[in-house]
Amino acid sequence: MTKADDHPLLSVRNLRTYFHTFSGTVKAVDGVSFDIGQGEVMGLVGESGGGKSVVGFSILGLIDSPGRIEDGEILLNGKDLVTAGEAALRDIRGRNVSMVFQDPMTSLNPLHTVGRQMDEVLRLHTDLDARARHVACIEMLESVGISRASERLKSYPHQFSGGMRQRVVIAIALLARPGLIIADEPTTALDVTIQSQILKLMRQQIAEKGASMILITHDLAVVSEMADHITVLYCGKVVERGLTRDLISAPSHPYTRGLIASIPDATDRQDRLSQIPGSVPDIRNLPMGCNFRERCPRAQALCAQQEPELMPQHGSLRAACHFPLAPGDTA
Amino acid sequence: MTTGETPILEVRDLEMHFPIGGGILDRLRVGVRGISLDNPVVHAVNGVSFKIARGEIMALVGESGCGKSTVAKTIARIYQPTGGEIHVEGQDIAGMGFSDLLPVRARMQMIFQDPYASLNPRQRVRDIVAEPLLEQTKDAQARKEVPRRIEELLARVGLNAEHAGRYPHQFSGGQRQRIGIARALSVTPGLIIADEPVSALDVSIQAQILNLMSDLRDEFGLAYLFISHDLSVVNHIADQIGVMYLGFLVEHGPRDALFSKPRHPYTRALLSAAPSIKEKRDTEEIVLSGEVPSALELPSGCCFRTRCPFAWDRCATERPQLQDVGEGQTVACHLIDAPERDTA
Repeated sequence: MTKADDHPLLSVRNLRTYFHTFSGTVKAVDGVSFDIGQGEVMGLVGESGGGKSVVGFSILGLIDSPGRIEDGEILLNGKDLVTAGEAALRDIRGRNVSMVFQDPMTSLNPLHTVGRQMDEVLRLHTDLDARARHVACIEMLESVGISRASERLKSYPHQFSGGMRQRVVIAIALLARPGLIIADEPTTALDVTIQSQILKLMRQQIAEKGASMILITHDLAVVSEMADHITVLYCGKVVERGLTRDLISAPSHPYTRGLIASIPDATDRQDRLSQIPGSVPDIRNLPMGCNFRERCPRAQALCAQQEPELMPQHGSLRAACHFPLAPGDTA
Repeated sequence: MTTGETPILEVRDLEMHFPIGGGILDRLRVGVRGISLDNPVVHAVNGVSFKIARGEIMALVGESGCGKSTVAKTIARIYQPTGGEIHVEGQDIAGMGFSDLLPVRARMQMIFQDPYASLNPRQRVRDIVAEPLLEQTKDAQARKEVPRRIEELLARVGLNAEHAGRYPHQFSGGQRQRIGIARALSVTPGLIIADEPVSALDVSIQAQILNLMSDLRDEFGLAYLFISHDLSVVNHIADQIGVMYLGFLVEHGPRDALFSKPRHPYTRALLSAAPSIKEKRDTEEIVLSGEVPSALELPSGCCFRTRCPFAWDRCATERPQLQDVGEGQTVACHLIDAPERDTA
């Protein structure tokens, strides 16, 4: 990857993942595109049902019936994962792309020791012999801050606390030194002091190994501390993206601004939180035009007729809005 | 609370210990001095005291397992406390039986964290909201008023009359939490115990529910005991805050004092660990290592000493008591007596 500048590590083009359910087609991801360069951290944010987890699952080819990738390309180092077969995907998972899930209890196998689950990754993806694998597992556990690593390898997942379990999951994700880590709400199930330990650990490990990361989360505060750039999803579509500092300090899409304004801040208190009225529309039955218009304070007649395209805005931002906010706009 | 008015809730030395014995054979221990029986006890709440005045919002914060939800459930008398007093409008309810508690429940209601699990999936919304009210109203004439009252309540929490005939699964998480709030309001209580009422909700919906809760406080003079792990939510809504760790109240005081001058190392660590979209403040950052010890065997001395960066030998031998540091703020930490050891 000496020519990292030529093409991004991962390039998702016009991805559409639909779920064909009995009560209608759910367009969970509907025309999403983004690029991630070597060593970058991208935040993928949005509310429940925004489609952010489905993007992660689509990249790893983990979409099961009734879901299907209908259209689009997922290029990892130039190789399309959508058309790659299951055998090729099995080889990529864990080796090139690995995933950290929200719930560390359900993503580890309760019947196998942590050591065995770690060893599996190396057995499948490297040529190391048993002794070398054992040493590598111990080193990795120590690097994620688990002491007495050689003893802990013999423990089962239930013998770890939530924070320790998530460290194990991160260790497994990093073992084969993948170029890309997809972290789906990695700290949502954890307490705040443990969350800050885990975030620090992930930041440090990614920088050390030169890996890239997609951080999927609903928590804008976490993403603003971790990500280089942010993509905001609403109803399966990208509504805004740009560099973290631009997007957080002066968002141009009213949805992004609404999300940021509704976060109560521990360091600064307002009397009343600004709120986004209403709730996310039924994704099987989306309104005409802009999906956000029914909750948007800036909506006009045009928004009901025509769906906005992602257009360049101020700074590094691109937003899909007919009436985007300029920096300093209040209404 | 400088006036002589009785607080709506006063808790004194509340203690809640859960025995987790199991069968006699599980507990049997054979040692050198013969056979003994083990009595493992979870020390969930260890002597917590506070007062809430009418119309006041008190928040209890802390991490999972610190006992904050147990405090809420014990005050609501879902649990029978193992020690201490719970005064609701001056009346001690700690030892009351089921039937004596019925009138108390008209003055104190609860909102739960999970809006999916706390509503009966087989009841229509109107029956869910009416249930506490019907339980409290035995007079036939007054019962006739109930349907009209339900309609008013649903309108007040932002639902409309046609919602009354629907079932919980037809609502989103935020709407379900509104139903839970309407149910709690139905008996016009003075105190609402809210156990993580917004932590299952998306941030835009969370703001709606928090705003609704503060409006209701202003309108009905409600007091809340607000349980949360989220400091930013607590900073937004609370008048006074208690910080819990391992079943102990380690710091307690008015919101502004606690946020601007946190004294206990644990409070300071919590505040600096909270992620923020604002530029990172440059103030001290206490990063905690390790995790909360087991409530089965509390550490000797200070409960926090195993993770505290300042702990010294006194902390292992003597349990710090809450002491006044001015402006109504109380802190349980030996650092208050030894400020020279505070090096952060």
